[in-house]
Amino acid sequence: MLRPLHPVPPGTRTVLGIAFFVLFVAFWAWITLGGHVNRIFLADPLSMLKDGWRLLVEDRFWLDILITIWRVFGGFVLASIVAVPIGIVMGAWKPVEAFLEPFVSFARYLPASAFIPLLILWAGIGELEKLLVIFVGSVFQVILIIAVKVGSTRRDLVEAAYTLGATDNGIVKRVIMPANAPEIAETLRLVLGWAWTYVIVAELIGSSSGIGYMIINSQSRLATGQIIFGIIVIGLIGLLSDFAFKALNRWLYPWSLA
Amino acid sequence: MSKLVIEGVSRTFAGVRGGQPVQALQPVDLAVAANDFITILGPSGCGKSTLLRIVAGLEAPSTGRVLLDGNAVTRPGPDRGMVFQSYTLFPWLTVAENIGFGLRERNMSERERSEIVASYVDLVGLKGFENHWPKQLSGGMQQRTAIARALANDPAILLLDEPFGALDNQTRGLMQELLLGIWERRKKTVLFVTHDIEEAIFMASRVIVMSARPGRIKSDVPVDLPHPRHYTLKTSPEFSALKAQLTEDIRVEAMRTAQAQSA
Repeated sequence: MLRPLHPVPPGTRTVLGIAFFVLFVAFWAWITLGGHVNRIFLADPLSMLKDGWRLLVEDRFWLDILITIWRVFGGFVLASIVAVPIGIVMGAWKPVEAFLEPFVSFARYLPASAFIPLLILWAGIGELEKLLVIFVGSVFQVILIIAVKVGSTRRDLVEAAYTLGATDNGIVKRVIMPANAPEIAETLRLVLGWAWTYVIVAELIGSSSGIGYMIINSQSRLATGQIIFGIIVIGLIGLLSDFAFKALNRWLYPWSLA
Repeated sequence: MSKLVIEGVSRTFAGVRGGQPVQALQPVDLAVAANDFITILGPSGCGKSTLLRIVAGLEAPSTGRVLLDGNAVTRPGPDRGMVFQSYTLFPWLTVAENIGFGLRERNMSERERSEIVASYVDLVGLKGFENHWPKQLSGGMQQRTAIARALANDPAILLLDEPFGALDNQTRGLMQELLLGIWERRKKTVLFVTHDIEEAIFMASRVIVMSARPGRIKSDVPVDLPHPRHYTLKTSPEFSALKAQLTEDIRVEAMRTAQAQSA
């Protein structure tokens, strides 16, 4: 019986989760192999796998995958090393927040994709431009999220530290930073997800390598099987990196687990 | 000379949304002798926690001043150790690291630190739990750690703001005996805020009763019961007499608070 908020046993949960994937692929197979849609616009699951295999073996698609992973990682690191310190400083010192917050709030609504033409003019169509797209797309958001989290550090912990003789400097280093470290790491995990979106956008325009390049290239050849394979590869790598990141956070911050 | 002197300390909070300013504390004068255990007893909202926070330096008084060993209090510092009602252990530090936090802030060497920490772990009976995270501890154990953390700094005065308020009755009784036992062995000046009459008498050498908001000192009752105190003391006739007296005092104030809220 279905009752609101009633928990589902773990085994059943797994079965249900897999069942939707099966249903989804079955529906996809039915409309494509059954001839309900034009093969030109949507490849069936089997040709998708065949196309994917050929891409990997003959067209050295794994090189594109590696290039894209490097870009995601590079852009992510670049955005993080700029945004995390600024976010902490903004959250901890209110005058700095008053100074920067309005501009950062404005800047985060500037769409990263609209910057691509400008970034190409400035940085060419090389690697730097790809990294900058990811950087522009995530840095302002991360600054704001971290500033808000740092700003809401538990006041009672700060007060306790003061009564134990902590200086202002000690409060920032030994209370505010460790207290927020798990949430900052969790924020960065989200950023990694955004980086995957931005990198593909960057690769769709003015690029000669990467998963996004393969996808846009396949479009002109109506190779929908390859496009779908590329999209699935992105999804799988995203999922894997997310798991890895979660595991890393759990290992780094065992004290924050419920 | 008194260890702690509170001179005409009052606190008025600015009105919310252009409303009238609210006086939480009327001018309070209090002198505390060295190694006295003072409990401040009052109904909730009487400003007793505000008074304690002013002594700690976490809040500024609107008028008056606080002197500790003759020096005016302007900001929080390690000479005034504090234990809060809410659990304020640093969740990212182990029990031992929490207790050593203040020593670490003083740049004490690792070796000196671990010796002091070990002695305080022992004092509050947490041997074997040194490497636990706070979330792995019961409420009582967390507050024992918080007491050890405050004492490890060897403060001139220990301030406690309803430290056992969130604990169940049995644990609370045990914690009272533990803290009193520590005080009996290693004399310390203590200011202990509570709304529990029994607790106030059991712990104190002197009970300060506060009136309903805006708080002021209503009475100052010495407790001459002998030390070391045992929990059975709570059922003795002398204890009961004091309890009856204070219950009457505090009841009037609690009723006043209730009336003020319903009005």
